[in-house]
Amino acid sequence: MTRLAALEQAEVVYGRGPVLGPIDLVVEAGTITALVGPSGSGKSTALRLLAGLEPPSGGRVTRVVERGATAMVFQAPTLMPWADALTNAALPLELSGVPREAARARAAAALDRVGLADAAAKRPAQLSGGMAMRVSVARALATEPRLLLLDEPFSALDTPTRRRLLDDVHHLWSGASTGARPGVVFVTHDVDEAVYLADQVVVLSPGPGRVAAVIPVGGATPRPSGFRASPAFHEAVDRAGAALIGAMSA
Amino acid sequence: MTTGLALRRLAPLALFLALLAVWEGACRALQVPAYFLPAPSAIWSDLLAGWRLILGSAAVTFGMALAALLIASIVACAVALAVSLNSLLDDAVRPLAVALQVTPVVAIAPQVSIWAGLAHPERAVIALAAVVAFFPIFSGAATGLKSADPDLERLFDLYGASPLKRLLRLRIPAATPFLLEAHKVAAGLAVVGAVVAEFVAGSGQTQGLAWRIMEASNRLRTAEEFAALAVLAALGLLFHGAMQAFEAAALKFWSGR
Repeated sequence: MTRLAALEQAEVVYGRGPVLGPIDLVVEAGTITALVGPSGSGKSTALRLLAGLEPPSGGRVTRVVERGATAMVFQAPTLMPWADALTNAALPLELSGVPREAARARAAAALDRVGLADAAAKRPAQLSGGMAMRVSVARALATEPRLLLLDEPFSALDTPTRRRLLDDVHHLWSGASTGARPGVVFVTHDVDEAVYLADQVVVLSPGPGRVAAVIPVGGATPRPSGFRASPAFHEAVDRAGAALIGAMSA
Repeated sequence: MTTGLALRRLAPLALFLALLAVWEGACRALQVPAYFLPAPSAIWSDLLAGWRLILGSAAVTFGMALAALLIASIVACAVALAVSLNSLLDDAVRPLAVALQVTPVVAIAPQVSIWAGLAHPERAVIALAAVVAFFPIFSGAATGLKSADPDLERLFDLYGASPLKRLLRLRIPAATPFLLEAHKVAAGLAVVGAVVAEFVAGSGQTQGLAWRIMEASNRLRTAEEFAALAVLAALGLLFHGAMQAFEAAALKFWSGR
């Protein structure tokens, strides 16, 4: 598999003290890695290191993907309130230098993929929370990223919407041909969510976060409808949950 | 319109009319001399008699306030834009801007009158009113230009946006609500600034409302003075109302709601 980015003994120290690491993490194309850990364990910081948005205080960050081939979805939809959904979805492409018309055509296709073709002209204030988050996902997908970083993107949504969006992301990822699948890193507090989406769950200890456990997740891809009821799902949830509790009480 | 909303709209007018009635009644009952406190009916009569002159003065004051607001807006936005691009410049400019804000207009009016040319008091009035209106616009614009969602800033970082693209596509649009609010506040201050500046730097050549008030006061024509004051209050309310309506419409357009 192609290595896209890696943290090697990477650590981050702010003025108030260390917040992450040292930590090792490798992201490969076509894989989904979930990062779970308590609040303050540095999950989002790890994501920003992988995105190249901040330098490590120590250790090394290796990024094979070029800058424009990384996409990020944040906790909030993070849309421009003054622009419609289509303009929001086209933003990364336009910033990367794609001509306006081509960028908007690709953004329209991405909105279609998340089921929002009819909402292209709507402003964020005219969208529900779930729809706004879909626009945010479409904005990331429009760039056809090789590295997709998801920073607790569904945490503010109600359970049914969260599950639906989780299914959508997984189907969009698994629907791509094997060679075209991006490497995904998914930060979440929710162990069930992590196991449902990921090939492996990396459990971080309380801050400064270090890797406390790596739990591989079996099961078919794309996830079958009954996956949440399967023994593989429950076994992985139990192991990841136990690792998380162990890390928090250590 | 619901009854509650109608009552809410009518409440200020009802209070105003009630105060006028009390004022009128008190003046008549106590036989207050007109030079001391004229009754509203006397002020109204004076306003009707001299409305051309007072409205002409109001137009002069409004013109100077508008010019001051325009100049303050251009200078303040340009300075705010410059400091938003350079934190060192921000550190350098802020103390000066605050010093300008806390300096009373009357303290600098004599010198500004000399700089503007004694034959052009309207220039001094406009400059002084612009000084008064400068700070809220500068402060609002500087704050607004730093108000973009940090995650959107990260998104612009992620795709290597140029400073110009970041400014045009993120920071200026994000600053819009702050700019609108700042201009609304500055509009009222520009009127106040124009009147105060005319008191101290007008020297009778500007013929704005401040001059009308001063002249009436000096001649003990208190009703005429109050008529000019009433027009000044109405001018302030209209200017503020117009800015508020513009802000509401612009924000509706900005947010799509």
